[in-house]
Amino acid sequence: MKMSSRRRRCKRQLIKFTQHITRFITGTLSSDNEDEEQESMTERYHPENLEQLQSQTHFSRQELQLLFRGFKNDCPSGVVNEDTFKNIYALFFPLGDSSKYAQFLFNAFDKDKNGSLSFEELVCDLSVLLRGSTEEKLNWAFNLYDINSDGQITKEEMLDILKSIYDLMGKSVHPRLKEEAVRQHVRMFFQKMDINQDGVVTIEEFMDCCQKDEDIMQSLKIFDNAV
Amino acid sequence: MAAGVAAWLPFARAAAIGWMPVANLPMPVAPSNKNKHQDELIILNVSGRRFQTWRNTLDRYPDTLLGSSEKEFFFNEETREYFFDRDPDVFRSILNFYRTGKLHYPRYECISAYDEELAFFGIIPEIISDCCYEEYKDRKRENVERLMDDLEDNKDSKLPNMTFRETMWRAFENPHTSTMALVFYYVTGFFIAISVITNVVETVPCGYMPNQRDIPCGERYTEAFFCMDTACVMIFTVEYLMRLFAAPSRYRFMRSVMSIIDVVAILPYYIGLVMTNNEDVSGAFVTLRVFRVFRIFKFSRHSQGLRILGYTLKSCASELGFLLFSLTMAIIIFATVMFYAEKGSSSSKFTSIPASFWYTIVTMTTLGYGDMVPKTIAGKIFGSICSLSGVLVIALPVPVIVSNFSRIYHQNQRADKRRAQKVQKARLSRMRITKSGSSSAFPHSKRNGLNQSLELTGSLEEDQQLKKTTSLLESQHHHLLHCLEKTTNHEFVDERLYEQGYLQTALQNFPSQSPSLSSEEGITGTCCSQRTKKSMQPLSATHTHSHTHNLQELSALHIQCGEQQPLNTSRSSLNLMSDESGSLNCKSSGLVTTAIISIPTPPSNNYRASPDAPTPPNPDAPPLPNPGTDVVKISAL
Repeated sequence: MKMSSRRRRCKRQLIKFTQHITRFITGTLSSDNEDEEQESMTERYHPENLEQLQSQTHFSRQELQLLFRGFKNDCPSGVVNEDTFKNIYALFFPLGDSSKYAQFLFNAFDKDKNGSLSFEELVCDLSVLLRGSTEEKLNWAFNLYDINSDGQITKEEMLDILKSIYDLMGKSVHPRLKEEAVRQHVRMFFQKMDINQDGVVTIEEFMDCCQKDEDIMQSLKIFDNAV
Repeated sequence: MAAGVAAWLPFARAAAIGWMPVANLPMPVAPSNKNKHQDELIILNVSGRRFQTWRNTLDRYPDTLLGSSEKEFFFNEETREYFFDRDPDVFRSILNFYRTGKLHYPRYECISAYDEELAFFGIIPEIISDCCYEEYKDRKRENVERLMDDLEDNKDSKLPNMTFRETMWRAFENPHTSTMALVFYYVTGFFIAISVITNVVETVPCGYMPNQRDIPCGERYTEAFFCMDTACVMIFTVEYLMRLFAAPSRYRFMRSVMSIIDVVAILPYYIGLVMTNNEDVSGAFVTLRVFRVFRIFKFSRHSQGLRILGYTLKSCASELGFLLFSLTMAIIIFATVMFYAEKGSSSSKFTSIPASFWYTIVTMTTLGYGDMVPKTIAGKIFGSICSLSGVLVIALPVPVIVSNFSRIYHQNQRADKRRAQKVQKARLSRMRITKSGSSSAFPHSKRNGLNQSLELTGSLEEDQQLKKTTSLLESQHHHLLHCLEKTTNHEFVDERLYEQGYLQTALQNFPSQSPSLSSEEGITGTCCSQRTKKSMQPLSATHTHSHTHNLQELSALHIQCGEQQPLNTSRSSLNLMSDESGSLNCKSSGLVTTAIISIPTPPSNNYRASPDAPTPPNPDAPPLPNPGTDVVKISAL
């Protein structure tokens, strides 16, 4: 396989070279006809229509219009890829490094794992997060923490998540950030959530613990009017 | 924050739900969305052209005019739109900034107009996007340079108190400033020419000596040439020393190119004086004479074209370096090739590679002396390639140098035109005429008694009369000025008469703000001295601090007015016909129009006395507690 591709490349380069020589000798003015080979593939994606989105989410028509207009302004092609998402998220956290957390978010939003977020995916998740029930929200959070989507949160996954969240803050924090603090946080989380102490947190354990915790329940509701 | 960030904020906040389960502390309360209105279209009417956009689009940049509540000041209730009396074309780019997040600079737009619009709408120019930023910066730089040129010209025109040294330096730098400078300029120019011609003629063979050998004129008429040389060198030395004395920064002057040329031009003479006796060194002395030719560079002070050429070469240094480098490379290559090609042929002149350098240079520059020619076929082929490539290599950097020269030359042309004083003076005087025309309307109307009718209850006919002679705008303006007069208890003075009076009263120093003022009879003999006294008493009674504050305020007014060209200020000049206005303006009694004039050096207030009243000159008042009063001229609006 590799040999043939190499051979193909050699042949292509040879052809290009002879083309150059003939053009040089005959004195034809150069034109960029080499660029005709490459065509830029721009994705162009149409979202579903407004009524369908309205039925799928808890947003009103105006809210959907507002969201889409903002979305389309920044992503004219209709989809967000990971880099754009990271850049946008970095604008909100200029002091820290938001790339890792943005990556986790992206993976959490991207349900069909095709590397780009469409407007529907975003809006559906948004409706869950802002207008959904607490179970849905907790479900979403669990999916965020569960990086490899195996139904369990391991200590390493939690460590990664927490590290990325701490990274959002940046270097200039008080008190000074230490590696140990993150591990301590992980330990506390597992102490709280891991009921059967098997080293992993499953979805049921997670839901149970969170629903018993008043603080968490309260804090899940604070963004309900954000749109 | 950049564009679209506001649109993504709900997403970011929603994503924060992900932090909740891992957080150990309760979250703070979210800010309530008080004025949560649905997104609406707002209409921006800019000088008649209507732009429409979503409110959210404008809210993206809350620190600009359109994004903040500042735009509410422009809201027109009747038409329910925001009206801006600005340029609609520039507004297009500004609104596009809100829409796309990128600010573009349109090329056809004037740079200062664009800057003003940006400043008005609260957008900093640094966010112009990369595609247009270079262009913007270039134009801005040109503009700034032009302004600086203008500023320099204006600075030159009038500077009252310069020391002798400064005057001398200015005379040296700009020969047009005074006649002496011009004379000096031409004299030095003449002597430079004489010196150069002398150097040239010195070597011309003239006449035969008895031993049938041509000798140059220099050896025949030694004394004459020596006298000439001495005279020139003395003039140059004196000139150099004078320049050195007058230079504001001697160190910098000594490092400048022109001064180095001066020194190099006169040094050989002095060295020759010192070393005439020693025979061995006289050989070196002869070569030193070569440096006398540098005197011709002294002409660059006299010729602007020469300066431009020098400046061009300096600014194209990199292109020249490139030219030199590529030529050197080509020379070495071709010399090597020619040497090896011609090695075979007998009696070839190409004895070594350095010897072939001469052939290559002569061929590449298309000189072709013909003292060295290739004989073999290979040599001839390579020789022809050499001459062809020579033409190309030399032709490449030349357009760059030429365009640089042309740009600098045109800049200088423009600067010269502006510097031509006649043009400037005519322009300024034209502007002054138009300004004074409009500004003298107030005193004219005062003189015609119209303002008096304003003060009195305006009967209908007087109103009509008013409207006939002055437009509504004018009358409102006059009314405003009148109110100002009433407020400050002072009146406007005519410009011309004020300046005359200034010279008069410059010698008279009246004490200010001392209680003795009220007893000062000499201010005005008329009854309105009462009025002035009244106006002065509160002043003297006030704290000295606030008085200086008042004065300083007024002085600030003056300084603002005074620093700029008269074309920028329009002084409301009142015709001070004391008798006439005396009859007009004083309701209580005939008041002589007065103006507060305080003169910078003696810290006192002068009152311009009426010609009738006796004004005994008083000695300098005892020093005021606040000697820091500045010039105050009531030259309002």
